[in-house]
Amino acid sequence: MSQLGTEAAPLRVAVVGAGPSGFYATEALLKSEIDVRVDLIERLPSPYGLVRSGVAPDHPKLKQSIEVYKKVAALEGFRFFGNVTVGRDVTPRELREAYHAVIYTCGAETDRRLGIDGEDLAGSHTATEFVGWYNGHPDYRDREFDFSHETAAIIGQGNVAADVARILSKSVDELKHTDISQHALDALAESRIKTIAVIGRRGPAQAKFTTKELREFLELENCQAVIAPEELALNEASQAELADKKEGVVVAKNMAVFEKMAEDTEHGKSRICRMMFCRSPVRIEGDDRIERVVLERNELSGEPFSQRASGTGETEVMECGLLFRSIGYRGVPIEGVPFHDSWGVFPNQDGRITDGPDGAVVPGIYTAGWIKRGPSGIIGTNRACAVQTVESLKGDLSNLPSDHSGTDALVKVLQERGVRSIDFTEWQRIDAEEVSRGEPKGKPREKFTRREEMLQVLS
Amino acid sequence: MTTIVTDNCKGCRYTDCVTVCPVACFHYDDEMLYIDPDVCIDCSACIPECPVQAIYEEDDLPEDKQEWIEINAERAPDLPVLEDKMDPLPGADDRKTALGF
Repeated sequence: MSQLGTEAAPLRVAVVGAGPSGFYATEALLKSEIDVRVDLIERLPSPYGLVRSGVAPDHPKLKQSIEVYKKVAALEGFRFFGNVTVGRDVTPRELREAYHAVIYTCGAETDRRLGIDGEDLAGSHTATEFVGWYNGHPDYRDREFDFSHETAAIIGQGNVAADVARILSKSVDELKHTDISQHALDALAESRIKTIAVIGRRGPAQAKFTTKELREFLELENCQAVIAPEELALNEASQAELADKKEGVVVAKNMAVFEKMAEDTEHGKSRICRMMFCRSPVRIEGDDRIERVVLERNELSGEPFSQRASGTGETEVMECGLLFRSIGYRGVPIEGVPFHDSWGVFPNQDGRITDGPDGAVVPGIYTAGWIKRGPSGIIGTNRACAVQTVESLKGDLSNLPSDHSGTDALVKVLQERGVRSIDFTEWQRIDAEEVSRGEPKGKPREKFTRREEMLQVLS
Repeated sequence: MTTIVTDNCKGCRYTDCVTVCPVACFHYDDEMLYIDPDVCIDCSACIPECPVQAIYEEDDLPEDKQEWIEINAERAPDLPVLEDKMDPLPGADDRKTALGF
């Protein structure tokens, strides 16, 4: 038997999930010295994961990373299988039997829960639903959001919370030339929201926004960002965080933006976005739907950079008709792949999936991206992460079983089950059609928001 | 808006930044790295990676480092792209200490 990864015996890898991590893992494999074929499997007909359906429509520059993924797709040895769901159309075991190695890069597809009463009342949503909805993700196409109330609350102070707040804050004119989906633009055009409250459990020095996202709130056409000045008082440990030579750089930049928001300026704008700190929701109330959220004041304690928020018992009531929770994502298990329930990830050592957090390595299955390390970092963080996983895989080459047929076995299974997979050329036709649909509206594209519409393009 | 490598990189060239660049916009010569502003997508992933804080968003660039906007834009396109981490330049750690990091 020839050495795996040579011309006589190319390494056959399936990568599950065509988001950034999937493409970076694919790129690391196809640009490596070994001879390799990569089949990139994606449950949607469209590739690019959160770059397509997560990155906000008014951040077009970040979406230019797609140009890199297109180049990866053009590398020799690449094949795309869109519209194929692992766990339904093909099982992990079948993949394991078909390929020498499988890399799971399927992201963190659901939100963490607040774990409070009233969380499931109508009008209380996850950020994921809203982001997916305005970005035209087929899973969220038919969600409905009621923008007829004056106040919307967002729980969480990371960049996803910032995206949600900014989309609610912007006017139709500010959004209409982006790739926001038409159904979302139409619904937001009727919005009566006047106040958007962005609520964090810790203080301004601990908010997870990047400064760039925060600064955008200073430039909104119809919305003024505000903070009550007393909210910016820092305890001793937070002052130490601010003074830290390395980590303090971002804290200082964020604080400077918050201080601008706290200036009492005449604005005459129709909306305000209020940043609120050191508060946790303890209860969501309402008869048939959310009418108010009860917030508890927190105090911080602990060492700099590991301060924790704990409730003081003092509560306040905020009337609101819409609430989004954005307190972090977690992965979704796939039957047949080990899953760490409390972390919401596939347990692993340097990308090698293990049988539980301290368990033995399960040969031949790997992971990268958010499902490997949890939902942290930005697009590029996943490149370093995927490269590490591919290094692990390459180190295992001599231990991998060598008698696998790869693509042929997958194609056979899909044919037997009548699964209509989409290859990259077909995706490019859908892509071109989206772009031309956007043109008359002055939009970079008008996305198809239903699987059937995408398949229709190909018929 | 763009992202800029400045003179703190000179003589260090740690290259931690390139591992998180989603679009391969870093280029290098014998002394330091440069960002091609036409390729960079302003994601800022590289900024916290730099051990000597050489990388800035344009909005944060100090007055006395403004010239680096043009230097990056001019130098980068003619130099080779760097996609993977290299060893730092000899003496990088001493320079890092001298810079106060």
